[in-house]
Amino acid sequence: MALPRITSPHATGSTRTRQVMQLVLVATLPGLLALTWLYGFGTLLNLLWMSAAALGFEAAVLQLRQRPVGFFLGDGSALVTAVLLALALPPYAPWWLTLTACGFAILFGKHVYGGLGQNPFNPAMVGYVVVLISFPLEMTAWPAPHAVGLVEGLQQILGIAALPDGWSQATALDVRKANRSLTMDELWAQNPAFGYLGGRGSEWVNLAFLAGGLFMLRRRLFGWHAPAGMLGALFLMSLLFWNGSDSDSNGSPLFHLLSGATMLGAFFIVTDPVSGATSNQGRLIFGIGVGILVYVIRAWGGYPDAVAFAVLLMNLAAPTIDYFSRPRTYGHRKAERGFKVGD
Amino acid sequence: MSDVKLWDFHGGIHPPEHKALSNRTPIQPAPLPARLILPLGQHIGAPAQPIVAVGERVLKGQTIAAASGRVSVPLHAPTSGTVSFIGPQPYPHVSGMLAPAIVIDSDGLDAWAPLAPCADYRGLAPEVLLEKIRQAGISGLGGAGFPTAVKLAARPQGKIHTLIINGAECEPYITADDRLMRERAAELVAGIEILAWLIQPEQVLIGIEDNKPEAIAALQAALGERPFGLRVLPTKYPSGGEKQLVELLTGQQVPSGGLPTDVGMLCQNVGTCVAIHDAVLQGRPLVSRIVTLTGEALARPMNVEALLGTPIGELLAFAGLDEARMDRLIMGGPMMGFTLPSLEAPLIKTGNCLLAPTRSELPPPPPPLPCIRCGACADACPASLLPQQLHFFALGQEHEQLRAHNLFDCIECGACAYVCPSSLPLVQYYRAAKAEIRELEQKQHKAEHSRRRFELRQERLRKAEEQKEAERQARAEQAARAKALQTESAALPDRTAPLAAQPSLAAGLLEQQKKLRIEASMAQIALKKAEKQLAAHATPELEAQVAELRAAVEAAKKALEAVTAAAPPAVPASNDAALKKAKIELAIKRTELKKAEKAGADDAELTCLREALASAERALHAAEEASDKPAPQLIRTDKRPVDEKLRTLKTELAFARADLRKLERDEAADPPALESARTRLAEAERKLAEHQSE
Repeated sequence: MALPRITSPHATGSTRTRQVMQLVLVATLPGLLALTWLYGFGTLLNLLWMSAAALGFEAAVLQLRQRPVGFFLGDGSALVTAVLLALALPPYAPWWLTLTACGFAILFGKHVYGGLGQNPFNPAMVGYVVVLISFPLEMTAWPAPHAVGLVEGLQQILGIAALPDGWSQATALDVRKANRSLTMDELWAQNPAFGYLGGRGSEWVNLAFLAGGLFMLRRRLFGWHAPAGMLGALFLMSLLFWNGSDSDSNGSPLFHLLSGATMLGAFFIVTDPVSGATSNQGRLIFGIGVGILVYVIRAWGGYPDAVAFAVLLMNLAAPTIDYFSRPRTYGHRKAERGFKVGD
Repeated sequence: MSDVKLWDFHGGIHPPEHKALSNRTPIQPAPLPARLILPLGQHIGAPAQPIVAVGERVLKGQTIAAASGRVSVPLHAPTSGTVSFIGPQPYPHVSGMLAPAIVIDSDGLDAWAPLAPCADYRGLAPEVLLEKIRQAGISGLGGAGFPTAVKLAARPQGKIHTLIINGAECEPYITADDRLMRERAAELVAGIEILAWLIQPEQVLIGIEDNKPEAIAALQAALGERPFGLRVLPTKYPSGGEKQLVELLTGQQVPSGGLPTDVGMLCQNVGTCVAIHDAVLQGRPLVSRIVTLTGEALARPMNVEALLGTPIGELLAFAGLDEARMDRLIMGGPMMGFTLPSLEAPLIKTGNCLLAPTRSELPPPPPPLPCIRCGACADACPASLLPQQLHFFALGQEHEQLRAHNLFDCIECGACAYVCPSSLPLVQYYRAAKAEIRELEQKQHKAEHSRRRFELRQERLRKAEEQKEAERQARAEQAARAKALQTESAALPDRTAPLAAQPSLAAGLLEQQKKLRIEASMAQIALKKAEKQLAAHATPELEAQVAELRAAVEAAKKALEAVTAAAPPAVPASNDAALKKAKIELAIKRTELKKAEKAGADDAELTCLREALASAERALHAAEEASDKPAPQLIRTDKRPVDEKLRTLKTELAFARADLRKLERDEAADPPALESARTRLAEAERKLAEHQSE
């Protein structure tokens, strides 16, 4: 009787990549609900359209690369990319813009490098930055809260009929960037883009993403290091460079934490394990880097928000961070650091 | 217990324990097998050497194989019976390989050999006590199987200040140590006392995971007031790993590539302690061990005390194995155990568990997905490695990076692979990479060795060359000096010059002669051929051709004669040949004459032959004179003709002597024969003497 020969370990845990992806999708629900409640069905429509597009792209590329299509579609990574993109893009962006973002994310963000696990950059952020640079007009058209209905929204997306003027408004970060005359207090009091603590609308969206993030943290989908690093650095930077509430104000720490894509970035983007740093210490450094860059670009750069740029820049630095943040191995007096190989 | 400080180690996992499957029933004695297979190498180190022969009867506990070398332990008969075979037998190894073993057919009596218990080991010298442990065949029962006496004795680094007793048993399923601690706590404590007395540590720490409350209670009761520190560890795999246990109990880490003794600590498994108790206080060598039989393919999972050498199939049958449900057979636990290809291998000293799981119990992992660098492995790694980086480097065969990321600190506990969401076979990658690196290292070592040898050889050759050169120079100087001397005496006449021309002329003539001779013979052959053809069918053309050829032959002969005549009559070469011929002729004549003499030919014939010999001698002398070679310096020895009678007498004497000697040597020879042989010898001697005096 010949019994199978299998090497140890024989027992395996129950966590699977697919389940991780599913949990990430579940964690986006609060943010999705907040976006839908505030801006109508735009985000949901984008999400459905982009999911279909992403799966289509993924399947086509897998076919081209002669990989088992069903097996790799099942890992859910393409879906997560599409959903994160849909949450980041303006709700009523035209269909071709979202399609372009999606295509770039899947093709140039991921498969060009060899598919899942091989990409040095966060695919969703690659897609986002491509359309941000290419189509600035469409990308700045964020709707005012509760301004767009389902049918007009669909027509806007499909390009059948444009929405009436005044449906979109500048975000709080846009206003602060462009502001030259009013004090911050006046902006908080008068400008419709400003809410209670951050941007009107975006403060709720940020809180919803925070909730989703805490859920994932609780389920141990990732460690606290990267989000804490980013939020902590952003908070410290905005505190350090908080120059009062004059017209040249950089904004308060709370304003930065609850505006723009801060929470989406902190819990759904910088926690991407593939393009981030490896060790826990490395992840902390990675998060801190993103937080600092976000503030630098928001305060002194050319763009109102900066999560995508900051993440991509830190993605570049991740391999180096890895070399300098190796943990001390058991039985060794000190950790090996730097590019040095061997003795 | 709760007030003492415990440390923690990095990482670790909490796999389902499945311990309740087998720890609810007391340890059962396994049935006595009819045939036991005892591999000679059941421990780390040199295999034992058999000291019994096939067919020999042995008693239980009798040494059947002796330790060979320092890192080795002897082997004992687990029961009484007869040695039926010594040679290759199944061995519990993943490859299913055979290994040398002693096979004992049990006689069913299980009769012990006389034992030498020692109640007061404190009266013994430490070396004697160590020898007792060694002679009892004890090697680590936790899993690795390192000879215990060697571990206890090897202390060049200094004193052991902490003795650690490992009762963690962190692997899922295994409960052998759990039951042992519950049921044999007193023996365990006595064993620990022996160890403590032997190495005199400052503290003794016993580590047990908190999932074994009964064992903890039993041990606590047995310990009483003894100053041994019982430490209850939080359940976490792999807390029973030697390095992890050291860190848990002392907060110190064993240096990379080192042993606990490097930091003054020594770890022993609880089972080993009980074996030491048995060996010292009862004089019983290690002939059995407690093994967990578990898994859902068994009807009655339990712990048994089984004799070493019991075939695994019999043990599993005792526990009610359903072979159809068994998906694989694992020796050891589900995290670090290895699969066995068949049920034939025997139980050995290191076998702590036999796990027969069903397919649903330990399902094969799903096909691996690409690594997403989630880092769960790094969080689980008890050695604080970066398993995912190691995995990428292993895939790329980046050996330098693997080393730099401390691949060799991996203890292969399997925690990383357990938590991997992509189901990557991480441990397998590391094992393969380690083997690759080791192999490469060996190759490099060899290459380095060859290089050094080559360099040394080059050096040697260079030195030899230098010496030769020096000698050559010395010779050249000498020659120059000699030449200088010669030029001083240059007035001497040169006699060699005129003689040199003659041989060259003679050589030229000879050459021509040879050529002509060849031509002549070729013409002769052509003529003969043509004549044959002519004989077959006479045609006028052929006749003309034959006439032509005849003329050519004639011409060739003439030319040859002319040249032969022109050549000097005393051509040295032909002369030499003539001399040789004459010599041969003489030799032939001489042998002919001898033959004839021996054969007893009549006088007429003999005279004829003698004359022929004389003429041959004369011819030789003539040839010798004709030759320019100096005549051989013949020294005539006065050789008397062989006396036939003397020869026969001598032969007879030799025979007589040999016969007598033979008889003398033979003790059973009868005296009359001896006497007659003696007289025969005397007679022969007398006759010979008479003949010689004639």
